Amino acid sequence: MKIIKTGIAGTLESSDVMITVRNNSGKGIEIHLQSIVEKQFGKQIRKVVNEFLKKFSIEDGLVQINDRGALDCTIEARLAAALYRASGTSDYDWEKI
Amino acid sequence: MVKLRRTMLYVPGNNAGMIKDAHIYRSDSVMFDLEDAVSVNEKDTARFLVFNALKTLDYEGIETVVRINSIESGFGMEDVKAMVRAKPNVIRLPKTETAEDIYEIETLIEKEEENCGYKKGTIGLMAAIESPLGVLNAYAIATASTRLIGIALGAEDYVTCMKTTRSPGGMELLFARSQILNAARAAGIYALDTVYSDLNNEEGFIEEIKHIKQLGFDGKSIITPRQIEPVHKIFAPSQKEVEYAKKVIKGIKEAEKRKSGVIAVEGKMVDKPFVDRAMRILELAKASGVLKGNKDGDK
Repeated sequence: MKIIKTGIAGTLESSDVMITVRNNSGKGIEIHLQSIVEKQFGKQIRKVVNEFLKKFSIEDGLVQINDRGALDCTIEARLAAALYRASGTSDYDWEKI
Repeated sequence: MVKLRRTMLYVPGNNAGMIKDAHIYRSDSVMFDLEDAVSVNEKDTARFLVFNALKTLDYEGIETVVRINSIESGFGMEDVKAMVRAKPNVIRLPKTETAEDIYEIETLIEKEEENCGYKKGTIGLMAAIESPLGVLNAYAIATASTRLIGIALGAEDYVTCMKTTRSPGGMELLFARSQILNAARAAGIYALDTVYSDLNNEEGFIEEIKHIKQLGFDGKSIITPRQIEPVHKIFAPSQKEVEYAKKVIKGIKEAEKRKSGVIAVEGKMVDKPFVDRAMRILELAKASGVLKGNKDGDK
């Protein structure tokens, strides 16, 4: 999957997360995390995001995460939505997601 | 034990917090809504959210239902693809008007089950009837698939089509409710009533629950956890009903020993329909926790 434009998904409501994905102009993966539980779960959130990007073979992307205490499955759902929006495709691979 | 479907709690498909906590209020079913509760621009994000929640979270035995978008909307096909893989207990089809609508959705579900290598028929189907044509075709809809676990009335669209509005007494819904209920009973599936949207009218809500229980509905769709308790309370058999049902069952057992099918309980003649109703009361009492022990009420 290739990021060709900006993709945003999610909200800033409690238990949710807002994720913005952009092309990173060949600088690789960059994750900017802002979370109300960063101290406790920052490492885990980054791990979830990195693994998900790897699963979709994304090697270049700027991922901005504004987390409001979302579960891992919510983070993955929002990231998937943001990535598909950023790639401009709606040919969803439900086996992979 | 009889499966209770007294309350089916609507959960907007794009609300992460509500999806996470949907089961803690202990409604009989939770229904994740991908249709009217989700704006056109967020159909994709809601689908991802519900998909991941169903694949990951434990709803602790609460029945999971997903209301998908209609196929004509352009979102329904993708909803089916995703939801068959997420495996909720039931997929609910909105705005069902004919048996053909059911055949169409069943074919799509079967195709996806086949693609995934799943056993056919594992996901149940429910049809919401929301139009005059749907009401007239209720029996054909209710018998269109062995997957169907129930049919439900969607009153808001229905009253709009009927050129009226909802009233506190609900007289404008009497025909639709009766027709849907009759069709469900003839087909041997569940009948679910529509939502009650006036959240500040608690008395009106109580009256409506009593009304639909008396008609014979199994339960209703609800829009807030606050509506669970009143419905469960009214649908639970009373102690008096339970005691009477026990007497009927005990009496009929003794009559059977004497090779007789008729008895008198509390001075009234009791025969098979009374016994069937008594058994139903005891089943409901047991399922709703009013009665412990076996169906005869023995501990």
